[in-house]
Amino acid sequence: MRRLTLIAIPYLWLVALFLVPFLIVMKISLSEYALSIPPYSPYLDLSAGWAGVVEFLSQLDIENYIFLTTDDLYWKAYLSSLKIATLSTIITLLVGFPLAYGMARAATEWQPTLLMLVILPFWTSFLIRVYAWMGLLSQEGLINQLLLWLGVINTPLMILNTPTAVYIGIVYTYLPFMVLPIYSILEKLDESLLEAAEDLGCSRLVAFWLVTVPLAKNGIIAGCFLVFIPALGEFVIPSLLGGSKTLMIGKILWEEFFSNRDWPVASAVAIVLLVILIIPILLFQRNQQNQREADT
Amino acid sequence: MRRMSWFNVTSLTLGFAFLYLPMVILVIYSFNASKLVTVWAGFSTKWYSKLFQNEAFLDAAWVTIKVGLMSSCLATVLGTMAAYVLVRGGRFRGRVLFSGMIYAPLVMPEVITGLSLLLLFIGIGLDRGVLTIILAHTTFSMCYVSVVVSARLVSFDRSLEEAALDLGCSSFEAFRLVTLPIIAPAVISGWLLAFTLSLDDLVIASFTAGPSATTLPIKIFSAVRLGVSPEINALSTLMIAVVTIGVISASVTSKRASLRQHREEQAAERGQE
Repeated sequence: MRRLTLIAIPYLWLVALFLVPFLIVMKISLSEYALSIPPYSPYLDLSAGWAGVVEFLSQLDIENYIFLTTDDLYWKAYLSSLKIATLSTIITLLVGFPLAYGMARAATEWQPTLLMLVILPFWTSFLIRVYAWMGLLSQEGLINQLLLWLGVINTPLMILNTPTAVYIGIVYTYLPFMVLPIYSILEKLDESLLEAAEDLGCSRLVAFWLVTVPLAKNGIIAGCFLVFIPALGEFVIPSLLGGSKTLMIGKILWEEFFSNRDWPVASAVAIVLLVILIIPILLFQRNQQNQREADT
Repeated sequence: MRRMSWFNVTSLTLGFAFLYLPMVILVIYSFNASKLVTVWAGFSTKWYSKLFQNEAFLDAAWVTIKVGLMSSCLATVLGTMAAYVLVRGGRFRGRVLFSGMIYAPLVMPEVITGLSLLLLFIGIGLDRGVLTIILAHTTFSMCYVSVVVSARLVSFDRSLEEAALDLGCSSFEAFRLVTLPIIAPAVISGWLLAFTLSLDDLVIASFTAGPSATTLPIKIFSAVRLGVSPEINALSTLMIAVVTIGVISASVTSKRASLRQHREEQAAERGQE
């Protein structure tokens, strides 16, 4: 009995506040926009009994999904989100790997401090970390002032409100997610393997490429997914740094819901985003499982 | 000691400079006398006093702390229960669905979680306010708590629980006297994580908050949308200071605890000899 209660409480909580809301989104994505409250139809009327359910099901259609393919705003936004998420994941890897490598090679007594320095930004407000770049990147901002003073440029660069600013924002805020999994593998790496490779005639660079990188593979993959998955649905970064011209699907969904009040289309946008995310999520889970098996 | 190559030193320096310089500059400019945030006009703390006179911010801060405390405590209880069920619960009907519902919110884009909860609250006619934000935050942070706690549950020796049961404990006593003290560090870090996630959340709170309740991130977001403001710099500095002090003192405490444990283990080993 006690076991049943223990299972039931978290179970029912998640069903009520995760599963049911999700089913509602699916249902509304198949509904039609209507000028009423709630602003969509059909509305499930359970008091009409079975006939009401049949009536309700017969009125659902995939019109919103067809609409998403006809208006090029949406597929452009999906493509642009994919492009921004992919490119910024690669840049984060290029910035994060040397950092993780440097940490793993640092003196042992320094490592806890370095680790804390990487984790600290993670506890700091995400919003504030994005906001910090607004002042730096603006036309009167410090970066432009510095470049003007150095004589690199003559007129201030337009960085804020462009996709470049979004890339910078994503790399900056998600860098700890890339560094931590790579570091945790490199830290365990047996250095005698590298020495062996060098003894057998590899140059340091070749040894790095043939030994370190393959061993760190799982960490690199985990880090990439930890950056890519949240970056794809990102809302805060494109809306603060990207300006009106940067299309990202999280922002489109937000505007569709809050500005256009088109709930059915917003729901359809959400469902398509999830469908796109399923592949990387499943790949990520498989990688985590491999990692666990490798550890045991 | 290993010798660091110039490459490692450079990448560490550049990497940490990239991570920390934007924050340091933000903190410095919060003491700028000029309203123009990019021109330095001397040291001043006037934005801090302005901030403390701004009642809208103080109200929002109070709502945020209330939501954070309530949701993190609820999430810790629910998340620990969920972890216990997942690791020790054995087989039961719908276990796959249950673990799916624990892991899915971790990878779900925030805009979708927010949208779906809002549609639920409207559907059941629940007025949006502090309560709805607490429900929303509890739901996603309990999943994080459960991941943290189940990692600890998996790694600990089950025979300790069985020994307690053999010695006549009820299963609840065994949990309270044996399991809970062992998983306590994970429960505490789960709570901290839930609390931080709640304080930090903008997107889900924006969907589930009503006009009667505004949290600090919502307030900050609407203020900075229009551009950089010195008052927000001051507020950010205060928040960064609190987090820094918290993280450093937590890491010092855990270092001391592990040193003490190490000493006790050594003493116990000496005793056995």
